[in-house]
Amino acid sequence: MTKRNQPGPEGDRIVAGGTAGNEASANRGFEIVAREDFSDQTFLLDIRHPLLAKAARPGQFVIVLVHEHSERIPLTLADFDPAAGTITLVIQAVGKSTGEMQRNCHVGSRLLGVVGPMGEPSRVTDAKKVVCVGGGLGVAPVFPQARAFKENGAYVIGVVGFKNKELMFWEDKFKTTCDEFIVCTDDGSAGIKGLVTEGVRSAMARHDDIDEVIAIGPPIMMKACADATRAEGIKTVVSLNPVMVDGTGMCGGCRVKVGGRIMFACVDGPDFDGHQVDFDDLMNRLKRYAEEESLAMERWSESCRQSRETPAPTPVAPLPAPDPTSPAGPQDT
Amino acid sequence: MAKKKTIRTIPQERNPIPVQDAEARIRNFSEVALGYGLENALNECERCLLCPQAECVVGCPVRIDIPGFIEKISQGDYRGAYDVISDANLLPAICGRVCPQEDQCEGVCPVGETLEPVAIGRIERWIGDLAIQEGWENVPYIEPNGFRVGIVGSGPAGIACAADMAKAGCEVTVFEALHRPGGVLRYGIPEFRLPNDVIDAEIERVTGVGVKFECNTLVGRLFTIEQMRDEMGFDAVFIGTGAGSPTFAGLDGESLNGVMSANELLTRCNLMQAGEFPAYDTPIHLGRRIAVIGAGNTAMDAMRVVLRLGAEKVYCVYRRTRDESPARREEMEHAEEEGIDFHWLTAPVEILDDGAGNVRAMRCIRMELGEPDDSGRRRPVPIEGSEYEFETDMVVYAIGTSANPILGQTSKLRLNKWGYIDTDENLATSIAGVYAGGDIVTGAATVILAMGAGRRAASSMKAYLGLRDSEVVYLAEHAEGAARLFGIDRAEKNFARVRVA
Repeated sequence: MTKRNQPGPEGDRIVAGGTAGNEASANRGFEIVAREDFSDQTFLLDIRHPLLAKAARPGQFVIVLVHEHSERIPLTLADFDPAAGTITLVIQAVGKSTGEMQRNCHVGSRLLGVVGPMGEPSRVTDAKKVVCVGGGLGVAPVFPQARAFKENGAYVIGVVGFKNKELMFWEDKFKTTCDEFIVCTDDGSAGIKGLVTEGVRSAMARHDDIDEVIAIGPPIMMKACADATRAEGIKTVVSLNPVMVDGTGMCGGCRVKVGGRIMFACVDGPDFDGHQVDFDDLMNRLKRYAEEESLAMERWSESCRQSRETPAPTPVAPLPAPDPTSPAGPQDT
Repeated sequence: MAKKKTIRTIPQERNPIPVQDAEARIRNFSEVALGYGLENALNECERCLLCPQAECVVGCPVRIDIPGFIEKISQGDYRGAYDVISDANLLPAICGRVCPQEDQCEGVCPVGETLEPVAIGRIERWIGDLAIQEGWENVPYIEPNGFRVGIVGSGPAGIACAADMAKAGCEVTVFEALHRPGGVLRYGIPEFRLPNDVIDAEIERVTGVGVKFECNTLVGRLFTIEQMRDEMGFDAVFIGTGAGSPTFAGLDGESLNGVMSANELLTRCNLMQAGEFPAYDTPIHLGRRIAVIGAGNTAMDAMRVVLRLGAEKVYCVYRRTRDESPARREEMEHAEEEGIDFHWLTAPVEILDDGAGNVRAMRCIRMELGEPDDSGRRRPVPIEGSEYEFETDMVVYAIGTSANPILGQTSKLRLNKWGYIDTDENLATSIAGVYAGGDIVTGAATVILAMGAGRRAASSMKAYLGLRDSEVVYLAEHAEGAARLFGIDRAEKNFARVRVA
């Protein structure tokens, strides 16, 4: 990671970890050391966690807690740098929790919890020619895989898809890593006009010796990729991100159907054989909390709007007020 | 002491514990059992015969000197009573609440042969609560020995082992994957049975003897067991990760929205406070008519949680009868009082879709009891042609747990055929210096059995490290201040008292 960003425009402060750089508060959270905004929706955070940076492997994920009332947010690792002792997350602000992160996570602030690396690492096989497909948010986590395959001597074809040119990021990283790089945009503002499957098909048309396809992105995209490669029988690995709570195999909320069997994405995955995954089941299960998600989002947007309208002397992160009746004690001992 | 007590002279009636009225309590998460007051506690202590060869101590997995602390209470020395208990167990307020005493200390109490046994658990809880209220701590003199001990999992097994190793002078670090310590005490047991502030207060006591807790640390993935021993400088490691992996029945329709494990339900509610959504971010999406499959303690907890969250109707669906149910009687009775609708001899065969991917109903089958099975309980046999539709919009599985796979995936630990960690009788694993105990060795059991295993493992670890491990330290024969004599008991007779002028 080379680019370093200054604290964001709104000057909000997150209060999770106390003063940045204070050793005494080091145990109270994980420091954000860099932030980069790719678009008004997508942003990158570098978080200091030397042990995690050392242990992480491509394909693994972490669970992030922003503050005391936060949910546990599973995020696939976009990168990790053992030398710098940092991990990289690329986050798309789509709901309340990620929106809150976008608004409040700035350089020097702290996340209450970052735990991982979780899941089985991706198997970097001896494949000679691989296609690494990333759609939307999947672009970031597919990068370490592309790099790992490249380092393993494979011919790597990168295929990334975005809605439009404005949302694109990491073009340079992919270009220097991949032997071929195909960009697809929904509106044709960059690269091929169309979905990533167009890119996959064009790669398949030009190469008849593709050993493996790795596809990371929204379920519908991974499903389409798996369908595109099924006829050719090309091994296709997908990375699933169902609803999770603990991420350690304890709740079973992330169970997915793979080849007719129930698997827990957090401990058995997150990588699975794309031709075996029941995507319809996964997409149905992802709808479970739609109502609550929109309710939380509405409520949060409203509180953001109000906090902007209120002429507060100092801008304060809109953390939910602790409920006096709640028994939540101190977070750590 | 004055006259010797006999079964005839002691108070005949066991002191009842005040409980919150069922009507009121199903609307709140406050504790159901309110605990003894001073008078009840003293009166109940009168019922103890103070047996010289106390069966109850043997019945206690962590070997608390029960007559010892009861005698202290009777003498008015409450602080002394806490010290006696906490020599063996730093979590009396927790254990007094959640131990199945009827199968342990109270189950072997001689008073119980003619009358109701002494309510040891309730007295223990009273002392535990008093200690929290008064801020008592029992920190013995600890001579650091330079050994470093790593504990994986901050549940009951890990805490018990950590406390013993810290008291022996080791530098102890407990690693917890979740963001708050306590393991199953935290995520599994609901607030109305075990309030979070009791867990916080007693874990505080454990840090008081020098144990350090590191949350947000997923051992196996962040670093392996082998790395702990070989690279991180831990001289001994204890694994107490529990049996947290939920089991499903493998029926059609289990991936419908509205089906979840009791673990997920309880984790969302207890650890993540989903009941207070949207003030807390984690949602629960409760059904209206909720069926819980299973009738163990976890099932009781799950049912009573959803009832309090506002479910209209809560059903318990169990393939055997009330008599075979593995739940504690007290929990079962509480659930019955609260209006849980029990469907005995009923098993689900399929979960039905409402057409939009949600649960509409279950197809169930009626059962009858046949010949006894391996567990000695009569085997439930399906009655042919008895299938019917059971209307429900949320199905919660509380049918047991299995071993978590992470440590198996990431270390060379030898596992048994069920995936639990294989240990010898001293709880040593296949890796030298690495010990394991609790549910990850035995499969799902109780808090106190896990604590007992943690203490046994600690004893083996002390032997492995060449540390003095004297059981007598934990007996009550303490004369004035003897308990504080450098942590060495007088009964050991291996030192002389010297008075320095």
